[in-house]
Amino acid sequence: MSGIAVSTTINGDDVEFLCQAEETLLDVLRDRLGLTGAKEGCGTGDCGACSVIVDGRLVCSCLVLGAEAEGRSIETIEGMADGEKLHPLQEKFLEHAALQCGVCTPGFLMAAKDLLTRNPDPTEEEIRFALAGNLCRCTGYDKIVRAVQDAATVMKGA
Amino acid sequence: MGFDQSYSARKFKSVGTRPLRPDGVDKVTGRARYGADFNMPGQLVGRVLRSPHAHARIRGIDTSKAEALKGVKAVITAADLPDHTEGDSELYNILDNCMARSKAFYDGHAVAAVAAVDAATARKALKLIEVDYEVLPHVTDVDEAMKPGAPQLHESSNMANRSEYGHGDVDAGFNQAEVIVERTYKTEQTHQGYIEPHACVASVNGDGTGDLWVCTQGHFVYRQVCASLLGMDVSKLRVTSSEIGGGFGGKTHVWAEPVALALSRKAGRPVKLVMTRDEVFRASGPTSATSIDVKIGATREGKITAASATLRYTCGPYVGMWAELGAMTAFAPYDLENVKTVGFEVLVNRPKVAAYRAPSAPMAAFAVESAVDELARKIGMDPVEFRIANVASEGTKSSYGPVYGPIGIGPTLEAVRDHPHMKAPLGENQGRGMACGFWFNFGGQTCTDLNIGADGTVTIAVGTVDVGGSRASLSLVAAEELGIPYEQVKAVVADTSTLGYNDMTDGSRGTFSSSMATISAARNAITVMRERAAQMWDIPVGDVVWEEGHAKAKGEKHGNLPPLSVKEIAEKAGNTGGPIAGHSEIVADGAGVSFATHICDIEVDPQTGATRVVRYTVVQDAGKAVHPTYVEGQYQGGAAQGIGWALNEEYIYGKDGRLQNPGFLDYRIPVCSDLPMIDTQILEIPNPNHPYGIRGVGETSIVPPLAAIANAVSNAVGVRMTHIPMSPPRILASLEAEKGA
Amino acid sequence: MVEVTLWGTLGAAAGGKDKLEVEAKDIRELFRKLAEQYPGLEPYIEQGIAVAIDGVIYRDTWSKELPQDAEIFLLPRLAGG
Repeated sequence: MSGIAVSTTINGDDVEFLCQAEETLLDVLRDRLGLTGAKEGCGTGDCGACSVIVDGRLVCSCLVLGAEAEGRSIETIEGMADGEKLHPLQEKFLEHAALQCGVCTPGFLMAAKDLLTRNPDPTEEEIRFALAGNLCRCTGYDKIVRAVQDAATVMKGA
Repeated sequence: MGFDQSYSARKFKSVGTRPLRPDGVDKVTGRARYGADFNMPGQLVGRVLRSPHAHARIRGIDTSKAEALKGVKAVITAADLPDHTEGDSELYNILDNCMARSKAFYDGHAVAAVAAVDAATARKALKLIEVDYEVLPHVTDVDEAMKPGAPQLHESSNMANRSEYGHGDVDAGFNQAEVIVERTYKTEQTHQGYIEPHACVASVNGDGTGDLWVCTQGHFVYRQVCASLLGMDVSKLRVTSSEIGGGFGGKTHVWAEPVALALSRKAGRPVKLVMTRDEVFRASGPTSATSIDVKIGATREGKITAASATLRYTCGPYVGMWAELGAMTAFAPYDLENVKTVGFEVLVNRPKVAAYRAPSAPMAAFAVESAVDELARKIGMDPVEFRIANVASEGTKSSYGPVYGPIGIGPTLEAVRDHPHMKAPLGENQGRGMACGFWFNFGGQTCTDLNIGADGTVTIAVGTVDVGGSRASLSLVAAEELGIPYEQVKAVVADTSTLGYNDMTDGSRGTFSSSMATISAARNAITVMRERAAQMWDIPVGDVVWEEGHAKAKGEKHGNLPPLSVKEIAEKAGNTGGPIAGHSEIVADGAGVSFATHICDIEVDPQTGATRVVRYTVVQDAGKAVHPTYVEGQYQGGAAQGIGWALNEEYIYGKDGRLQNPGFLDYRIPVCSDLPMIDTQILEIPNPNHPYGIRGVGETSIVPPLAAIANAVSNAVGVRMTHIPMSPPRILASLEAEKGA
Repeated sequence: MVEVTLWGTLGAAAGGKDKLEVEAKDIRELFRKLAEQYPGLEPYIEQGIAVAIDGVIYRDTWSKELPQDAEIFLLPRLAGG
């Protein structure tokens, strides 16, 4: 079967895949590479459950074509922990019960990581606006915001 | 076997603490597998063709071109789902909703489905299916549908059911009233809005066995319904519940699952079927749109003399009990001598209504609590004091019939009265509102297997799907009853072939009923461990007691025997009778009813009608909070959903009967920047029918927000809001109307 | 003999009565006798009726005993979210 050959880097590993022109990066991650941590909540860039970081920029992977991954560096939720050592954001999400069903969690963690990279000391308002592209229906966001605040404190101290 | 479910006060060691959840690491690392994260060898992609018409007779479906397309392995219509329902009308309605049989009843109603080698081929195949529709007149509005001459969905009237509750003589009661408030309220249809669309992988073999992997709130119920619809033997269909990405009642009903099974049966291969967000909005979910008349009368001293309501709830194309639930719950917080509610179930050309968190209660509470507030204002009483003066308590005859046991509505109101939030100053254009809410909660069929590992660690296999952290709370309960540390227990959700039948995780029953089964299973395991310890010591079992996680020999002659831990007993299990386990199969009746009172401050921009939630507080009775952090999470999540419902969310239908906003961009649920922190206060009024006093906590928190926010907005702008959601255009229109009046 | 109170809709199906006297020791016997004595109630019983005994709602258990002086109230079987 014909397809577009793509070479990219995912979570630091070199990855090559073939995909169709219309396939999204989310389709490729989930269906071709078995990286199902990014979720499809809407397919239209409204829910943020598929958030990944491409070349340092937070994107909805449902709005990026698989072919656009060529030559880029992609971070997904699967690469967030360092082996068994969880990222401070992951630890704080667990401690604060910032997840109930957990399906939006990978997207929130990527968005929060992107925020803290750009702004290590965000106000509550800055956190709320940075995470406004990610929908959560379970928590009312309270515990998510607190987890990000706490993680920011820990990361500053580190 | 008798299991004593009555409450006895105790000092808890594990219950009430806040440990990390057992499924947490998987969920923060992307490893947890949800509905769409599972695949089977050789699986096909399933897709559903849906009616673009709100109401149409299906004269014929030609699938030949789709079947001829390369890569298409099966095309099905209603003809491939023959009627096995044997006169069970509820089951027939489910079947008809899964795949339209003679008429399409709403925009989005499934009419055919395909299974193909990939998604692109499946999409192409859908376009090749030719459906011959005879478009019929439609009706989507609840009040329009009740009018004479309205387009009719079925042979009989659109008014599909009438229900009635109450006691006393309301006419006499209104005659005694010195002040009366009477109004009509409307609420629009909303969706549960779970972030994970419905998804399943189905595999049916030629020998009649099958597997279904699915995100659901109740895999045992899905098995029962799917097997019945497909004509399969229940025990030959194994259903595994995936991690579930939110449900809120929406995943208690089947839609795509019977279709996926029928496709797999026809294609002879596994089929994965995942709904798009558009399909989720058009075909699954929604709650009722409503129109409610409320009349409440009181004396000048503030005693309610009579209350009545007429509640009209849409149910989609099939009758439900939605208006009835509204009629039952409407006046539940109050002690009323004369009360009457009448519910009308109204058929409309919208999707079949599904349960949504305390189904039907939020709309009824919106209407009633708005009227109660207005009445208090007219009398000149503080709205909290007015409610306290009329509140139900133990021994009150409830508005839906039975007499209450110990309940928490009075204490939540008193907590709200004394809460600092009530005394905080308000800014310009801000208003404060409060409101009460009620939900029944229920129990049902439940079982738990508790197995002791060779090293003394414990697995509990439960049959209630974990939607919001119940594996953590059930592990706490097992640890509590056994007297061992939480870390020694691991809870898993078992599939339908490895555990007895369980009702769904609905009605706030998950932790209530599975904790009861877990306590019972743990007590049974303790009985076994006492016997084993007696064998190890070679003493009578009557001399062995279970204390603090250990078997202890009692009596002076055993004074030299050191206590045996679970680990020590487990190590010798092979010598003392084999594996050690405790099982429990119960009907967890006796769920405790649940009450909440909410406070909120809303700021309204009088120029644009835009609103901002400034502050929000939830006070609710939990019975006993097993894992308080997750109880807070339930309170906050329900409040946030209620805020969305009150201010923004609604299904918008065009004149053509088509849904105009089937996506998260135009159906806007609250985002992080829309909300403040949500304060919570957990009250614990023990449920007398649970050993630990647990009530359900999952649903009630969505009941008060609609009214609390409506009261706050009304107080902010000085105009009574009667139509939910209070979107900016609707608030502006109310302000304009008031100016004109 | 126990006195059973029906909710509004059910009362209409029982010929307009909201209270019935039934000789029944448990929920199972109550349903059997009600169906015999008031055939109009049978479809409702088939659909599912919950029984509130002194305010505690039993949705499923047939064997639950009905104390003579208890308040017994019939309700439709509920759905939840």
